[in-house]
Amino acid sequence: MSTSPRPYRLLRNLNAKIASVPMILTALVIFVGGTAWTVFYSFTDSKLLPRLRFVGLDQYERLWSTGRWLTSIENLLIYGVLTLIFSLVIGFLLAVLLDQKIRFEDTFRTIFLYPFALSFIVTGLVWQWILNPEFGVQNVVRSLGFTEFVFDPLYDPDIVIYGVLIAGLWQGTGLIMCLMLAGLRGIDEDIWKAARIDGIPTWKTYIFIIIPMMRPVFVTTLVIIMSGIVKVYDLVVAQTGGGPGNASEVPAKYVYDFMFAAQNLGQGFAASTMMLLSVVIIVVPWAYLEFGGKRRG
Amino acid sequence: MNSVKLALGLLASVALPSVACATDLEVTHWWTSGGEAAAVAELAKAFDATGNKWVDGAIAGSGDTARPIMVSRITGGDPMAATQFNHGRQAQELVEAGLMRDFTELAAKEGWADIVNPPSLLANCTLDGKIYCVPVNIHSWQWLWLSNKAFADAGVPVPTNWDEFVAAAPALEAKGITPLAMGQQAWQNAGAFNVLMVAVGGRDLFMKVYGDKDEAVAGGAELGPVFKAIDDARKMAANSKVQDWNQATNMVITGQAGGQIMGDWAQGEFQIAGQVAGTDYTCLPGLGMNEIISTGGDAFYFPVLSDPEASAAQEVLASTMMAQATQVAFNLKKGSLPVRGDIDLSTANDCMQKGLEILAAGNVIQGSDELISPDTTTQINDLMSEFFNDPAITVEDAQARFADIIATAE
Repeated sequence: MSTSPRPYRLLRNLNAKIASVPMILTALVIFVGGTAWTVFYSFTDSKLLPRLRFVGLDQYERLWSTGRWLTSIENLLIYGVLTLIFSLVIGFLLAVLLDQKIRFEDTFRTIFLYPFALSFIVTGLVWQWILNPEFGVQNVVRSLGFTEFVFDPLYDPDIVIYGVLIAGLWQGTGLIMCLMLAGLRGIDEDIWKAARIDGIPTWKTYIFIIIPMMRPVFVTTLVIIMSGIVKVYDLVVAQTGGGPGNASEVPAKYVYDFMFAAQNLGQGFAASTMMLLSVVIIVVPWAYLEFGGKRRG
Repeated sequence: MNSVKLALGLLASVALPSVACATDLEVTHWWTSGGEAAAVAELAKAFDATGNKWVDGAIAGSGDTARPIMVSRITGGDPMAATQFNHGRQAQELVEAGLMRDFTELAAKEGWADIVNPPSLLANCTLDGKIYCVPVNIHSWQWLWLSNKAFADAGVPVPTNWDEFVAAAPALEAKGITPLAMGQQAWQNAGAFNVLMVAVGGRDLFMKVYGDKDEAVAGGAELGPVFKAIDDARKMAANSKVQDWNQATNMVITGQAGGQIMGDWAQGEFQIAGQVAGTDYTCLPGLGMNEIISTGGDAFYFPVLSDPEASAAQEVLASTMMAQATQVAFNLKKGSLPVRGDIDLSTANDCMQKGLEILAAGNVIQGSDELISPDTTTQINDLMSEFFNDPAITVEDAQARFADIIATAE
């Protein structure tokens, strides 16, 4: 430990500071360092092993002229926007319904949250079977007498991403519901009483009073949903394997496939740098608006 | 206290197996279908007979799933004792980085150079004059497997070449039989394409495209008939919704499908199902058009280990794999051809005999794995997988994109 004279402030809470050194180092070396390393090597033509032979922006040019990457981006946009909307809306509605002091609330909460206990791999496999035309929904409806009924999203390149979306929502909405429910329970009873005395209808109370008061909960939820969207990978691998064809590819899978299966690290690094960039473009201005400017206690 | 005991117990259960015996060798591979598992058991039996122990590290999925796991274990400093790769360029960089053992001495002692046939197999294991892998079998992609039952049901004779097969497709479809079984994994789509290129286009065309990487040929009229054939294949396989290759083979075995384009490893599945070549199924090397087979295959690579005992055992394993008895037992189960030219395979069935004859006549071609990098292979896989699953992609589009890939191939 250094005993040389230092400004007094640096030595305050010395134990706490020493204790946090490992975490700071981890964050700097592993996260920041790893990120910088990846971006740096995305300008090389590294194949199976990283090597320093620079090719400028070649990897990026190839990336953006690859049909599979473009499909991946499009799929991520569709999946992302719809997941955001539906999981917030459904999650909030379920939470509101559960908040009506109904009977067996615990039971319902458990049922809705249960899918979240399953991994994306299991979710993907389960929904692969449910959406399989020969064993799943289509077969059940047909056996009820509707013999012309067709529902096989996983085998139709145009709509396969919606099949993945259904599985994703099934898995994730329960958690969103719980977060929302916690937020609703955090609202003071007196607010409700006041609103009732003023004769404000329930739905208006929710939209104009409760939701604005739940802002911190919504922010947390948004972060959780968005990080889930960007990293979606295992669900697709288990449910469709990216197929049929390339119709349900996602960026994370492109990165993995090129880094490891295709033994082209440079291309994989370029793709992951683009993923990072998109996250930065969305998150940084938002985080600045949300957390910057004012200090919180 | 209990939790400490539990933790110790769990730790022991993880740690103990790995220290049990110094000459346990972990061997990783992706042979998991019925026929493949039976074949790998022969290798394990032969190695166990030397007093060592084969620890099986099968990785399910396919080579595309298994190879990244193997590579990351080797580069991550946790190497297995031996691992399967398709020889050619998949492990090239690992060898260049000095992560693989050099078997030049053993090869010289046992005279591999004289017994391995065709010599290209050993050449593919060689880098700068040193031998880094042990080829164990020759696998050729260029086979069409036909279900005699399916054609009997449809009332048409069993085709003798690809064109007849295409012509017979409507009759099969009329009986509700899928003409062409095709698993939906990308490597299978691309594999069929490469097979058709050799069968329809011939050896020279294949070498111009993959060997010389001639963009003009890849985009030119010479390749037109090949793309027409792959378009036919797409239509014939439209109702095939299985994933794995052995599920597709099973469609042929049960007569639900007319045929399948698949390498000779499919043979093992027919064998396990008790089917007889010629009576229950028919095989057409080179799809009955150009009787040429590729001589790619599987090889074992041995990562450099620090433990001297394990290193010694690695040599025993390498030598066991190359031994005559092992080669016969393994390849009969696997349905592949042996790498040695000096063994008697009279017990092999009709299809393998055909393969041996073609091999003896020297009608061989290098496999695409040896000619193009995994990167290019992935791009072609992607293209073909898209082509097979999206009827909206025209033959012209597909060829133009193929030519682009060849233009940038290394």
